[in-house]
Amino acid sequence: MQVNESAKQFKPTIVAFCCNWCSYAGADLAGTNRLNYPADVKIIRVPCSCRVNPMFILRAFQRGADGVILCGCHPGDCHYTTGNYYARRRMTLLFSMLDYLGIEKERTRVEWVSAAEGAKFAATMNEFVETIVRLGENKRLGDLRCKQ
Amino acid sequence: MDHNQRDKEQILRSSGVNPLKCMRCGKCSATCPSYDEMEYHPHQFVYMVEKGQIEPLMASKSIYKCLSCFACVERCPRGVEPAKLVEAVRLLVIRQQGQNHLKADDIPALLDEDLPQQAIVSALRKYSK
Amino acid sequence: MQRIGVFVCWCGSNIAGTVDVKAVSEALGQEPGVVFSTNYQYMCSEAGQNIIKDAIREHSLTGVVVCSCSPRMHEATFRKTAAAAGLNPYMVEIANIREQCSWIHKDMLTATEKAIILGKAAVAKVHLNAPLTAGESPVVKRALVIGGGIAGIQTALDIAEAGFPVDIVEKEPTIGGKMTQIDKTFPTLDCAACILTPKMVDCAQNENIKIYSYSEVAAVKGFVGNFTVTIKKKARYVDETKCTGCGLCTEKCPQKKVPNLFNLGMDNRRAIYIPFAQAVPKVATIDPDYCNMLKNGKCGVCSKVCTAGAIDYKQQDQLIEQQYGAIVVATGFNPIKLDAYDEYAYSQSKDVITSLEFERLTNAAGPTSGKLLRPSDGKHPHTIVFVQCVGSRDTSGCGKPYCSKICCMYTAKHAMLTREKYPDTDVYVFYIDVRTPGKNFDEFYRRAVEEYGVHYIKGMVGKVAPRADGKLMVQASDLLANEQLHIEADLVVLAAAIEPDKSARPLATMLTASMDTNDFFTEAHPKLRPVESPTAGIFLSGACQGPKDIPETVSQASAAAAKVIGLLVKDKLTCNPCVAQSDEWMCNGCSSCEKVCPYGAISYVDKEFRMPDRTTAIRRVAQVNPAVCQGCGACTVACPSGAMDLKGFSNRQIMAEVDAICK
Repeated sequence: MQVNESAKQFKPTIVAFCCNWCSYAGADLAGTNRLNYPADVKIIRVPCSCRVNPMFILRAFQRGADGVILCGCHPGDCHYTTGNYYARRRMTLLFSMLDYLGIEKERTRVEWVSAAEGAKFAATMNEFVETIVRLGENKRLGDLRCKQ
Repeated sequence: MDHNQRDKEQILRSSGVNPLKCMRCGKCSATCPSYDEMEYHPHQFVYMVEKGQIEPLMASKSIYKCLSCFACVERCPRGVEPAKLVEAVRLLVIRQQGQNHLKADDIPALLDEDLPQQAIVSALRKYSK
Repeated sequence: MQRIGVFVCWCGSNIAGTVDVKAVSEALGQEPGVVFSTNYQYMCSEAGQNIIKDAIREHSLTGVVVCSCSPRMHEATFRKTAAAAGLNPYMVEIANIREQCSWIHKDMLTATEKAIILGKAAVAKVHLNAPLTAGESPVVKRALVIGGGIAGIQTALDIAEAGFPVDIVEKEPTIGGKMTQIDKTFPTLDCAACILTPKMVDCAQNENIKIYSYSEVAAVKGFVGNFTVTIKKKARYVDETKCTGCGLCTEKCPQKKVPNLFNLGMDNRRAIYIPFAQAVPKVATIDPDYCNMLKNGKCGVCSKVCTAGAIDYKQQDQLIEQQYGAIVVATGFNPIKLDAYDEYAYSQSKDVITSLEFERLTNAAGPTSGKLLRPSDGKHPHTIVFVQCVGSRDTSGCGKPYCSKICCMYTAKHAMLTREKYPDTDVYVFYIDVRTPGKNFDEFYRRAVEEYGVHYIKGMVGKVAPRADGKLMVQASDLLANEQLHIEADLVVLAAAIEPDKSARPLATMLTASMDTNDFFTEAHPKLRPVESPTAGIFLSGACQGPKDIPETVSQASAAAAKVIGLLVKDKLTCNPCVAQSDEWMCNGCSSCEKVCPYGAISYVDKEFRMPDRTTAIRRVAQVNPAVCQGCGACTVACPSGAMDLKGFSNRQIMAEVDAICK
């Protein structure tokens, strides 16, 4: 993450895991419609939200991410029928553990975005970045050994 | 035309209405029970506010003929809420005229037998602001 | 060590307008492993692709990163390019710097910075790519069409014409759909039944077409080329193979008070019925909700009079399982319910009707034998008011936000036909806009106004008040004259919005096909792929995808058929090689993976392993069937020992992407 000392403006690092069939397409639609959201969000494409291992999220935080969001298809619409249900259960467990560790709940999120919901995607990202900026830098889960 | 633009902004701000949502279907005026009494009808209010033609609306008696029944708000398929625009124009007139309010104490003197209860209540709502 | 080439696309000004593409290609050229980095205006063009091919050959590249538009657009294109130059197509990764960068951000500095980071993530991923070979799966050469209206019928006929067997599943006792209820069609004023029934008969007689009428799809398993569908054939209590369609039972049945839904409840039918004279199949059906025999065990008249002995009160629903290579959805539409529109007095007066009900009144086979009579007192209406856009273009929450597309045209048709048959009847049409986009459509509507004297008035109807003397007081706006009109009408016809059939949503879940918020099936691409669902093997035909009239429905039906034929003509489908794979040395045979696989792609085998102490041990390990695995990755996360990984999206690859982004 970069902290611009002079302007005191915190630019967070946000990682978004998007499933190829719905949310990644939704993100593309947001782009096609020229909707804006901050450049702090970087998207990693996965075939399904169920591909996202909680380890990936922890690794992101370890390497300095300030917020991680997992986007998948709406329940019932998963291209692989059941993937998003597994994702939902795993993330519930992960977030419960993070909460126990004292990490702010708002740093992680699961959002269901369909391929037709470009506007929802952009709105979600805008809201998420705002939340993270308000929460500030991720200090608790960052691993200083990973910094150059 | 500067004061018209300012008046338009004031109206849009106080009513919270976006007149651009109107698709010119006329259902508001079709439903309006007071249509024949009004010089400018609900659909015209939306159109003229958008164009910035506020003066004729302020000068017209239509803003007092509106019953505030909100039938136009109920029926509008786009959620434009014309009644709020009429109310906003009314407020603008009243505010610009200064302290011309109706107080509850003044009402008994203005009553007459033929005046229906609804008219008294609605007058108090409109003119006591 | 990989030798990676980076190719940054300008995409004209789409990317280059907001991202400094030269800076991106320079920055990425510094990344470890990148031996070649360049930029070009249109990477996907022939010239651009040649740059990639030449670079692969000249610099012996082992991996390619293209920074361009979304991989959903051109990943396949660039994979082909790499393959043409002799590089394994799965050594290609795309960084999306258009839809997810240049088109979203306005500031060049931040956009360029982000593009570089996304490029680095792609480079990090490619470092860990391994060459993959696509497997093959067979294709079942049989198609399923769900829905037997004009869309389903046309699709089935075209597929059958190409020589493939196709099944039509229709939930009503007969095929034909809404078109069977229509009298004349715009803009030609053809008789709908006359043009439809020959097609219905063709379906019945075609060797390649099998009709499952009075049936529904109960379950769908599998994937493109290999769907297993369970069809529920509902019990009609009549043996289809014996019934001759003579109709004697329908004349003798004592239960006469069943609302006839074919005429929208405007008249009655018997408990045993044939929907209409030209039904296909022409087989009687017993309605179990009204049949005395089925409900109380008393009656049996139809069974006594049936000369073919076709009645079978003991018939059960049947479940039939079938294999298909492709599925076409053609479930059609219905007019909406008008509960939210009390202002039009639809439920208060019998003389306020919907356009479909009007269609039935004017149809010679309808409840009034084609005479236009008021439903309340059977008198001839002298003034008719047509109200447009009832429930369409409505964002207030009561109705549908979209335009239903067919109403302007069918109202013009209704108005014209009324004026032609009954020149003494006054006809008013209250509209917001008149939409006539098709061929000869505007000319058709102008005839209604100019030749037939229909009064078209711009303005909506505010309310319809039934009067004690039977007249309907219509209060409406005339916006151009700036007047509020009060018309005494005898009949009011509401052009109700149309919505997808209620069976569409549960069907979409069964097929894992996407739908939008209005329950219309989503197409793979709104402009370029209008008849395919994003789910491979599922195709869309007709109004289930969006409101449309008959000419468009038939076009789309044939288009869907063409896509199906293109699929069924293949003997094998190339599988997605990005499938799961288990490391048998790490696998402990716990079965966690098998439990989460939606496709049953994982099985277990006993394998012999040579242990370090020279003994052999037999262990149960997981094995993935690459032809069945669809590559979702659920098993990879469920695996407790980390033995299961996904090719193309491996654990190390994703973590490398995470690292590159968070640096």
